[in-house]
Amino acid sequence: MAAQFNQNDDSVVVIIGSGAGGGTLGNELAQKGINVVVLEAGERHEYADFVNDEWASFTQLAWKDARTTSGSWRVSKNFPTLPAWIVKAVGGSTTHWAGASLRFQEHEFRTAAVYGRIPGANLLDWPVTLAELEPYYARAEEKMGVTRTGGRPGLPGSNNFKIMKAGADKLGYKECHTGNMAINSVERDGRDACQQTGFCFQGCKWGAKWSTLYTEIPKGEATGKMEVRPQSQVVRIEHDASGKVTGVVYFDKDGREQRQKARVVAVAGNSIESPRLLLNSTSSKFPDGLANSSGQVGRNYMRHMTGSVYAVFDKPVHMYRGTTMAGIVRDEGRNDPGRGFVGGYEMETLSLGLPFMAAFLDPGAWGREFTSAIDGYSNMAGMWLVGEDMPQETNRITLSDVKDQYGLPVADVHFDDHPNDVAMRNHAYRQGAALYDAVGATRTFPTPPYPSTHNLGTNRMSANARDGVVNKWGQTHDIKNLFVSDGSQFTSGGAENPTLTIVTLAIRQAEYIADQMKAKAI
Amino acid sequence: MSGDHGRRARQQGAVSRRVFLRRSSEISFAAAVTITTGGALLNAPEAWALDVKGLQPQTMKTLILVARDIYPHDKVPDRYYAIAMKSYDEKAAGDPATKAEIESFVAGLDAAAGKGGYAGLGWESQRVALLRAVSNSPVFETIRSGLIVSLYNQPEVWPIFGYEGESYTKGGYIKRGFDDIDWI
Repeated sequence: MAAQFNQNDDSVVVIIGSGAGGGTLGNELAQKGINVVVLEAGERHEYADFVNDEWASFTQLAWKDARTTSGSWRVSKNFPTLPAWIVKAVGGSTTHWAGASLRFQEHEFRTAAVYGRIPGANLLDWPVTLAELEPYYARAEEKMGVTRTGGRPGLPGSNNFKIMKAGADKLGYKECHTGNMAINSVERDGRDACQQTGFCFQGCKWGAKWSTLYTEIPKGEATGKMEVRPQSQVVRIEHDASGKVTGVVYFDKDGREQRQKARVVAVAGNSIESPRLLLNSTSSKFPDGLANSSGQVGRNYMRHMTGSVYAVFDKPVHMYRGTTMAGIVRDEGRNDPGRGFVGGYEMETLSLGLPFMAAFLDPGAWGREFTSAIDGYSNMAGMWLVGEDMPQETNRITLSDVKDQYGLPVADVHFDDHPNDVAMRNHAYRQGAALYDAVGATRTFPTPPYPSTHNLGTNRMSANARDGVVNKWGQTHDIKNLFVSDGSQFTSGGAENPTLTIVTLAIRQAEYIADQMKAKAI
Repeated sequence: MSGDHGRRARQQGAVSRRVFLRRSSEISFAAAVTITTGGALLNAPEAWALDVKGLQPQTMKTLILVARDIYPHDKVPDRYYAIAMKSYDEKAAGDPATKAEIESFVAGLDAAAGKGGYAGLGWESQRVALLRAVSNSPVFETIRSGLIVSLYNQPEVWPIFGYEGESYTKGGYIKRGFDDIDWI
């Protein structure tokens, strides 16, 4: 049964956010017998409540609170108040994610060493290696039931995948399959197998896709050591005279200010809200915000090099049927500077329903060039392109002039593409179009990036305190009992979808926190 | 649709949806939509009428054509463009600022079109040229961006594009064609 803790109980670990990082960390700590309070800004919708309707689901799940944008990225022009398509609900963006679960490659943990000096890029090696993380990756894959790992079978191929595979074969690509997906290909862990429903982004109504909402969170609650408080938006982290954090201030569902004391605080609010919270937590001791002695809080915001290619054929495809992202070509994921850029990218099947296709195919476009593309919807195949983007100090989260409902500055998300990102995207557009052309596409569309789904890097890990915000355990360099537990820890972005790595780091971080608490070091 | 079938259907006076669709692309919008003495828009070929409360009926008629010219889909009947634009009339009924903005926008298009007005221009390309000239205006952008939801989020138009919508209650596609492609 879920625990209920007193707000003055200063023995608990407070986790801010219940997604891939926070939800996993909470359960892992609870399993070790540690008392945890998870404060989640959003509401709790169980998976039966999800809706197979793109706009209605967006209204139900998306983070729609005010944000602002700046920089030359097209999202800022087309979606100036929606820099990211992420979730405000219990389970965070694990309700919305597609399920692609890929380990980072060895070189992606040491980009400064491997890529060398790239002008404008703030490359830095991670203070951890793939070898150190491998056992934790295996545990994450087991926890999430990732297909094609641990002997688990792959998902069957949809129409959209079959086109991708035929094109990949024609181009001579060697590694194309239905992906490593945290989606049950067979019943497992008390959850259904995938029923090829589509609508993966709208929350899986079968519970076949791993989400902390119906895995980590109920498991943690069942220990009697974990309490999840929905509609509890943390606005400030407090500290004592010694600089140790002592608790958090949050607003409850009725808009009342509350305070929860804590022995340890872990921030897991995604790469936009986590730095915003640290920057908003100023004090006379920390005038630039918490854990910000390096000045790196909010900097090095990464969103992955992304784009999509959709193609129209002369015969039906019905790409929206089936698992959205169960299809991948990995051959371009390698680092091969001979292509004109460092790092690599993945090609993954993607589909949008008609309403979102209209919104995202070519935002702002109108007239027959646009509508004739939409007319081809049922004959359309699609892929997402996702690759490593360069960390840049000037791509960053700052506090906006706009205030939220509590009177606090909202996040401004500033982003400019790095020339390496542009070169990679152009290469990926060419390869994606070539793949579809090879199997008879009559028309292809190089579709621009959507509002960011992968938000990374704004509280980066570093070996040296002057270079980043947290150490190799996600513990802030400045404050021993303050941790970061989400994708904002990433020192660099890798080419891979980030959730598996976020979960991996959270499992490892839970061990460290438990050890440090036992040793009375925190 | 085969010509024979179409002729037969019309001879029999059958009112099938396919005939509607055929007619809506054959008959010019200006001819298909008439304004009743009561101030409503009547589309006899498609058998629908729309009460106009806030805007001048002629303005609403032109606005519906503007919607089609922005997002022209020959297989989508006028009724769905009318539904997509209805909210401007409703808003204009209670908000003089909206009414003035929309009336002025349409009056501007009519003036630019010359005699016969915007709706009197026979070719889509002629009308689109006028829209391009105003495409940076806030009112155009409001109308365009609004259509992305008000037109494409009508479940009734989804089948026209071959999109099947909600699938959970049907058990997903695991037994309904997720992998039925036969030409690759």
